Amino acid sequence: MSEKLLEIRDLKKHFPVTKGIVFQKVIGLVKAVDGVSYSINAGETMGLVGESGCGKTTTSKLILMLETPTSGEIVFRGQDIQTLQRKDLRTYRRGVQAVFQDPFSSLNPRIRVGDIIAEPVVVNEALPKAEIKERVQELLRFVGLSPNAVNLFPHEFSGGQRQRIAIARALSLNPSLIILDEPVSALDVSIRAQIMNLLQDLQRQFGLSYLLIAHDLAAVLHLSTTIAVMYLGRIAELATSDDLRHKPLHPYTQALFSAALPSHPDEQREEIIIAGEVPSPLNPPSGCRFHPRCPFVKAVCSEVEPVLRPVADGHQVACHLYTDPA
Amino acid sequence: MAHPLLELKQLQTYFISSKGTRIVKAVDGVSFTLAEGETLGIVGESGSGKTVTSLSILRLLPAAARIVGGEIWFGGENLVTKSEPEMRRVRGSQITMILQDPLMSLNPLFTIGEQIAEPLRIHLGMRGGTLVERIKELLRGVRIPSPEVRMREYPHQMSGGMRQRIVGAISISCEPRLLIADEPTTSLDVTIQAQYLKLLKDIQKRSGLAMIFITHNIGIVAKMCDQVAVMYAGKLVERAPVRTIFNQPAHPYTEALLNAMPKLTDKSERLWSIEGQPPDLANLPPGCPFSPRCPRAEDRCRREVPPEVQVGDDHYTRCWLWERS
Amino acid sequence: MRTSQERTSQEDLSASQLTVTPQTFSADPPVALRWRKTAAWLRGAPIIPLFIMAVLVFTGVFADFLAPHNAEVGNLRLRYRPPVWQERGSWDFVLGTDHMGRDILSRLIFGSRISLVVGIMGVLVAGSIGTLLGIVSGFYGRWVDQVIMRLTDSWLALPAVSLAILLAALSSPSKWNIVIILGAVYWTRYARVIRSEVLSLKERDYVRLAVVAGCSQAKIMWTHILPNVANTAIVLATLNFGVVIIAGATLSFLGVGVAPPEPEWGLMLSEGKSGLMAGYWWLSVLPGLCIMFVVLAANLLGDWFRVWSDPQLRQL
Repeated sequence: MSEKLLEIRDLKKHFPVTKGIVFQKVIGLVKAVDGVSYSINAGETMGLVGESGCGKTTTSKLILMLETPTSGEIVFRGQDIQTLQRKDLRTYRRGVQAVFQDPFSSLNPRIRVGDIIAEPVVVNEALPKAEIKERVQELLRFVGLSPNAVNLFPHEFSGGQRQRIAIARALSLNPSLIILDEPVSALDVSIRAQIMNLLQDLQRQFGLSYLLIAHDLAAVLHLSTTIAVMYLGRIAELATSDDLRHKPLHPYTQALFSAALPSHPDEQREEIIIAGEVPSPLNPPSGCRFHPRCPFVKAVCSEVEPVLRPVADGHQVACHLYTDPA
Repeated sequence: MAHPLLELKQLQTYFISSKGTRIVKAVDGVSFTLAEGETLGIVGESGSGKTVTSLSILRLLPAAARIVGGEIWFGGENLVTKSEPEMRRVRGSQITMILQDPLMSLNPLFTIGEQIAEPLRIHLGMRGGTLVERIKELLRGVRIPSPEVRMREYPHQMSGGMRQRIVGAISISCEPRLLIADEPTTSLDVTIQAQYLKLLKDIQKRSGLAMIFITHNIGIVAKMCDQVAVMYAGKLVERAPVRTIFNQPAHPYTEALLNAMPKLTDKSERLWSIEGQPPDLANLPPGCPFSPRCPRAEDRCRREVPPEVQVGDDHYTRCWLWERS
Repeated sequence: MRTSQERTSQEDLSASQLTVTPQTFSADPPVALRWRKTAAWLRGAPIIPLFIMAVLVFTGVFADFLAPHNAEVGNLRLRYRPPVWQERGSWDFVLGTDHMGRDILSRLIFGSRISLVVGIMGVLVAGSIGTLLGIVSGFYGRWVDQVIMRLTDSWLALPAVSLAILLAALSSPSKWNIVIILGAVYWTRYARVIRSEVLSLKERDYVRLAVVAGCSQAKIMWTHILPNVANTAIVLATLNFGVVIIAGATLSFLGVGVAPPEPEWGLMLSEGKSGLMAGYWWLSVLPGLCIMFVVLAANLLGDWFRVWSDPQLRQL
């Protein structure tokens, strides 16, 4: 049906922690991403959800080639991106773009909006100025802004409008995949829905794929086709949005659902308050990383790390509760 | 109600530029009451005036802001007319505040113990052994393990969730009657937020303290609050008990906020969004501030500011659509 | 505590004075509005320093038309004439003559050109070198950063004026040599500050997005980093201006800067000091006052500019 656009295979990113100024000695490893595998199909949205330290932002940086993986593969349209050279690299850049969280730091305050949106095109294509101008105005219309915005500076726009400009820029090269890193969390509540609807409309109109990274479970459920729940650098659960919503299996996922804020004062939810804090990725717990905080912990959990295994069609969990026969 | 703990009457706080030419009406005629032990949620987005309201109560406004009208009645006294030394006695002991960023709220140069001790020393004059015991008791009360060890640590040695709990401990140390929490969980992870909100609820049950929650997240209001006040562009557009707000919102803005929230339960195709942009406080339209974005705005809404009217039991709103009834 | 009544009346007044904010979707705001905005911004600028600097620029540019006499050739028979307000003074030579019979006023006017050139060019050279190194150092990081910063540190450790004197003594005295030397001495002040700003700018999302868009590192430094450090660089330059002028004057005073018969103020100071004992005070005092006022004005203006430019940035 839909082609596999992007595939991540056992991706790992470890940051060395060094001591000393001149002769740096490695005293530890921050295992930000520690063995993550999933794939994104064309036209679909993959949601990555998790709390601080889970590695979702690092994953996005690896895909955008802002960081290099320690090991593992990132395969885009059948090609391992780490082996790409020059011209193919350019093709990759054309295919994958990004929108980041902070609308105030995403746009260079000294450059006009028209030039900000046109930059990817100017860098990657050799189009005449008139054509570029037309394209920019077209993009502005797509994101719901007036074409007059071309000559204005970012500070003349509100947060929501700036995020639209960032989206227009991301669209400028006709990418296949857009990485959305917390695209609405810095915006006012009343604007969030606008932007989320816009993203949905654009997806339908252009057949885009999204990698959506967010901490707001409800927003991720709303926009995503498939969701990966991450914890301390690994995937705890991987399922379609509907499956996850109706049957969250991993205790951490269940805790996330329980911790999510209600939408009505009478909404009763089973209270699973997990104790403790997220451990440091420098020193993850042995065995299953979630075991110190898990309300269903068993003996095996502190010894053996569970593997992500399918338990139903398209639904994978990394938890001894489900993947052990006993 | 008999004697509310806190009563705001037509509070007006304006930001005035140094040459007096630009006036931003950050808080423009806000009134509400809060009873002992009750929790009020003030909901609004950026520019709504919710933070300035709380700063006005504590008289901690920045230099450019001034309370230009209205009264703040707390425990039978008008806080607006109090002198600075009098306010200092109120802050920390009667009314306390928790802010959004715990890293900014704690001084990196002092140990946790010293920072908790500060209000105890100033307001209750505690010293020596009793002081240390009280500090340990407070740390236990916010569920921080091994308080004797933690007391001697510095803020940077702790996680965000712990820091926010310590800030909580400092604020309840002198047993205040009112705690104002300004977006206390925005910087916390979801699971940590759940822990923290539960902690605040438990503290409230134990001590009977009243709370004001300032937030943009209507979910927090649903979980924690008894009364809700919705603010928009410096005006209070609706106030009611929490269930009334969720079941029968009167003001179009409240309704829109409730609908714009993606919910875990249903899977709707498209979210209900509010058109337009957040208000520019320096450049407000002459009538109702929400009129440019209101799906039901009429001519009158754009010309005249609606007064506050009662629409139900303990339910008030500022909207011309209700004026008729 | 003002009463609500007083407030409302002021509010009515100011409602008409409220500055108009341009509509978000309009084309470029009308020219009139732009001028009004600029005028509003400039309100609060220090008038006197601005005036002094304006005079400096004016006399420097139009020296040929303003000076009543030749500044380099004089009439020995007219030497040591006092300024007009003393006895023996005349309106021919308003500020008197020096030991070579040259008109002091004309010398001061042409001297302003030299100071202007030295100040502006010196700051330009120092600023360009310093900003460039600061950007490269901050952006590339790692060993490039280490090398440049250690170079900066060691350079900073040398006393500026002594270093300048050394370099000047090793080269022939001329205006342009001074400019290069001062540039070579003062670039470090820019490099450190710019580098630290670049370190934080590097983390901005728009820089990351430029990488994602496929921009080369050079393009990022030129398009994204440089314009955003320009403000800081300009502030540093205005604060540096006075320092450079004094340094230039010092070099000339010590005889290793501009060579006679050029009318540099520091040189005039030096040439006139022997005359002080004889009571010919105007030979040294007048150029000294010029130096003082210009540097004071430059410093005050630089200080004001630093404060003025910052809140604007914050508004963004």
